[in-house]
Amino acid sequence: MKYAYYPGCSLRGTGRAYEESLLPVFKALGVEWQEIEDWNCCGATAYMAVDEVKSCVLAARNLAIAEKAGYSDIVAPCSACYLVLNKARHYVEESKAIANTVRRALKTANLTYNCKVKVRHPLDVLVNDVGLDRIKKRVTRPLRELKVVPYYGCQIVRPYSTFDDQANPTAMDRLLNALGAELVYYPLKTRCCGGSLTGTLPEPGLLCTYILLKEAIKRQADVMSTCCSLCQFNLDAYRDKIAAKWEPVEIPVVFFSQLMGLAFGLPAEQIGLQRGFAPMKPLPAPGVAA
Amino acid sequence: MIELTRTIKYEADRVKGFGHDVMKVPGCENLESCIQCGTCSGVCPLSIYMDYSPRQVMALTRSDFKNEVLRSHTIWLCASCYACTVECPRQIRITDIMYELKQRAIQEGIYPKRFPIPVLAKEFSHMAHSWGRVTENWLVMRLFLKTNWLAIFKMWKLGLGLIRSGRFSVRPDKIKRRRELQKMMEMVDNVALSALPPALANNNNNHSNSKGNGQH
Ligand code: SF4
Ligand code: SF4
Repeated sequence: MKYAYYPGCSLRGTGRAYEESLLPVFKALGVEWQEIEDWNCCGATAYMAVDEVKSCVLAARNLAIAEKAGYSDIVAPCSACYLVLNKARHYVEESKAIANTVRRALKTANLTYNCKVKVRHPLDVLVNDVGLDRIKKRVTRPLRELKVVPYYGCQIVRPYSTFDDQANPTAMDRLLNALGAELVYYPLKTRCCGGSLTGTLPEPGLLCTYILLKEAIKRQADVMSTCCSLCQFNLDAYRDKIAAKWEPVEIPVVFFSQLMGLAFGLPAEQIGLQRGFAPMKPLPAPGVAA
Repeated sequence: MIELTRTIKYEADRVKGFGHDVMKVPGCENLESCIQCGTCSGVCPLSIYMDYSPRQVMALTRSDFKNEVLRSHTIWLCASCYACTVECPRQIRITDIMYELKQRAIQEGIYPKRFPIPVLAKEFSHMAHSWGRVTENWLVMRLFLKTNWLAIFKMWKLGLGLIRSGRFSVRPDKIKRRRELQKMMEMVDNVALSALPPALANNNNNHSNSKGNGQH
């Protein structure tokens, strides 16, 4: 099966390491994808605050283009895109008025949307479609002795996700396990990273980020694994400010797909590892840890 | 001198019909059944900074205290993490109600002056609307120009770091069929207008036009 790939704005901007690592990992596993033609911004949480119906239309254009091209599944790696695209689908299904407006707006571009195409997160695709066995077979450099915090963030499991538990998701845990990593027990796995508040109102926003980083350090993790471009940015980019306000929090924060790339033996530069602000310490040479 | 403000609400402060209007919006219907248990306030990671807790916002909204909720900091502090929505025992979509309140505050133009969050929301939607995509560092720059341009200098270190790690986009990203997207949005405006009684629709039309010219 071929997936329609929806990168979203942040994977082309500050979160490009996510795309740079995810696509090679897909390739290594034989997952096929095609980028949605002329996709547009999903609207994210900000557009929702301005106009709910327009944000649905914005999201629905992408769904309709994918549907027209005959896809049944869209992969959306950014949690905000994933949530917003799913939300649009729910709103169209649940509200006649919204469905009607969306239909008329899409019609001006000769598009239709019939709720056929599903919106999925790469974690869901990797764990449930590809399967952990196939992933395990592809691992050439197990991440032994690497203590990893599986951090999911809020929007991937709430409120529309169906592939994992809302309070205690485990898809990334199982995936990291398959890579041979040592999991750190981390009860804050779905706590909010502060979202866009880190940029607009630093005091409350950065406190959210600081609590997450501090907890990971307290639990002696080597690295935090994220599955959302905004979470990764928040946890990685504001270290100076956090250090100035509270205390230094030096722990690398990477995408789960970068850890997969490492375990698959892909070179660090090819999976965007040089892009983080806090460097990841080199893995033990292959064979040594075994 | 200490500054005194009244914290108790009077019947006369209510704007009759406000709660009812909000509860008519798709997704906000369940507010009627809130039991004021406070679970939402308990799980909210940002409630410690809020002037009214999420539970209070629910009570105030339902009881027509329009001015209090639309002027509250709470609606802007909500980071849309959906923790409350998932935990609410009455399946109230608190996050979506917060969105609805934000929309109303923006429409009515009542939010703290130079407050960055509504400006960000508007700049974001403007960028998504006209270019089809949003380029983060451009968005942040526009945000600072409109709120506190001095803050740009405080951000230089982060900006440099982004440039050095190759995460800075020099040119904004755009979609090809921008006209197509704009036509779709115009259609939404038309549908919304045709749903209003004619007198209001005219008003609304002028209103949105003047707003549009004023801002961009
Ligand atoms: S959790 Fe739900 S029922 Fe309880 S106070 Fe909040 S909105 Fe009301
Ligand atoms: S969605 Fe908003 S109100 Fe609800 S818990 Fe998160 S920040 Fe608080």
